[in-house]
Amino acid sequence: MQCPKCRAPMHTYNRNGVQIEQCSGCRGIFLDYGELESLTRLESQWSQPAPPAPPAAPQAYPAAPQPPAWGAPHGGHHHGHRRHKSFGHMLFSS
Amino acid sequence: MTRDLLLPDLTAHARRIAHTRAPACPCASTGTLAHRPDATVVRHADTVAKAHPPDTSPAQLALRLAAAARRPDVFLTPLGPAPAALHGRLVTFWPYGTPVDPDDPDAAPWEAAARLLALLHRAPVAPEGLPAMRGPAKAAHAVTRLRALADAPPAAAPVLRAWAGLPAWARAEAPLPGTGVLCHGDLHLGQLVRLPDGAWRLIDVDDLGVGVPAWDLARPAAWYACGLLPAEEWARFLGAYRAAGGPAVPADGDPWPVLDVPARALTVQTAARMVTKAVGEGRRPDEVEQAVIDACARMSAVPPPEGPEPGK
Repeated sequence: MQCPKCRAPMHTYNRNGVQIEQCSGCRGIFLDYGELESLTRLESQWSQPAPPAPPAAPQAYPAAPQPPAWGAPHGGHHHGHRRHKSFGHMLFSS
Repeated sequence: MTRDLLLPDLTAHARRIAHTRAPACPCASTGTLAHRPDATVVRHADTVAKAHPPDTSPAQLALRLAAAARRPDVFLTPLGPAPAALHGRLVTFWPYGTPVDPDDPDAAPWEAAARLLALLHRAPVAPEGLPAMRGPAKAAHAVTRLRALADAPPAAAPVLRAWAGLPAWARAEAPLPGTGVLCHGDLHLGQLVRLPDGAWRLIDVDDLGVGVPAWDLARPAAWYACGLLPAEEWARFLGAYRAAGGPAVPADGDPWPVLDVPARALTVQTAARMVTKAVGEGRRPDEVEQAVIDACARMSAVPPPEGPEPGK
């Protein structure tokens, strides 16, 4: 395949599953249909630091005060502790 | 050396007092409620006898006993005004009260506990001569025992670091701040008993004294902060305390500026005891214990508030 601009031969590269043709003369890049979208998608996945945090669960008691800065995140998972031997012991000892 | 004799002799004492109170005693429901190095408690029918910790001061225990006797609306009323001596231990006698069922934490009387504390803290003047409440001293004792372990496990480091970050008064290295409110000093669910009429009362006068009332709220606060006590139960406890006019925290708004230091200290105390216990049993901390140790680890990144000391 020849470069549509300078007629030099084009070489094919595969980058993350996307096929790219680059001109060996002018270094121009030729993308097939959908390949630009594929590259954009790959780029956004690469640069995104982390998925956004899920919204805070609504509180059962609006008046419930927040835990201190050193507190554990409360999400309801702690209910599993209630049948734990250590939990019962903790509630009843100094 | 006298611990072997203590239990049978304490049992005999309880029986004698019970039979004085009720000559037709059915002698039912008798037995040992606790037998630890720091306390032995036995029951004979409706009478309970307690041998206090070996290092208890007779004068201080008498003052604490009298303070409890003056508040029959808050404390279980002791049988008799003064402690007895038995094998080098001080012994007090009490009517039996039904404890909270340890197998049913959902039955915890959070509102009743909060109301009793609010009543106690609202006392206009603490009895003269009453010593300081022993909350910080107990925390310091737990940390001393952790430090004394021959092979400190990795879990000890964050606990000791969190302890070092506390103000001196919370480590029992300086006098307690504040105006001197009457406090229980060691509140947990084992410190509540129900009278035959269904009303709840506080027990255990060993740590009772003048001090920072936020300390009495700080154990449930610490359990909540560690992610172990559900927010609903913490809200029930705090709400009932405020509704009863308890003075330890502001009537509304954020209670943490006053709860933060006591809750940290009690988290460290709990973690220190848990790590010491796990080492004694030759095992690693379990899931609940790790949650308390993790809270200690997070404390170092967030220094305690500089604001006014509680009670000031």
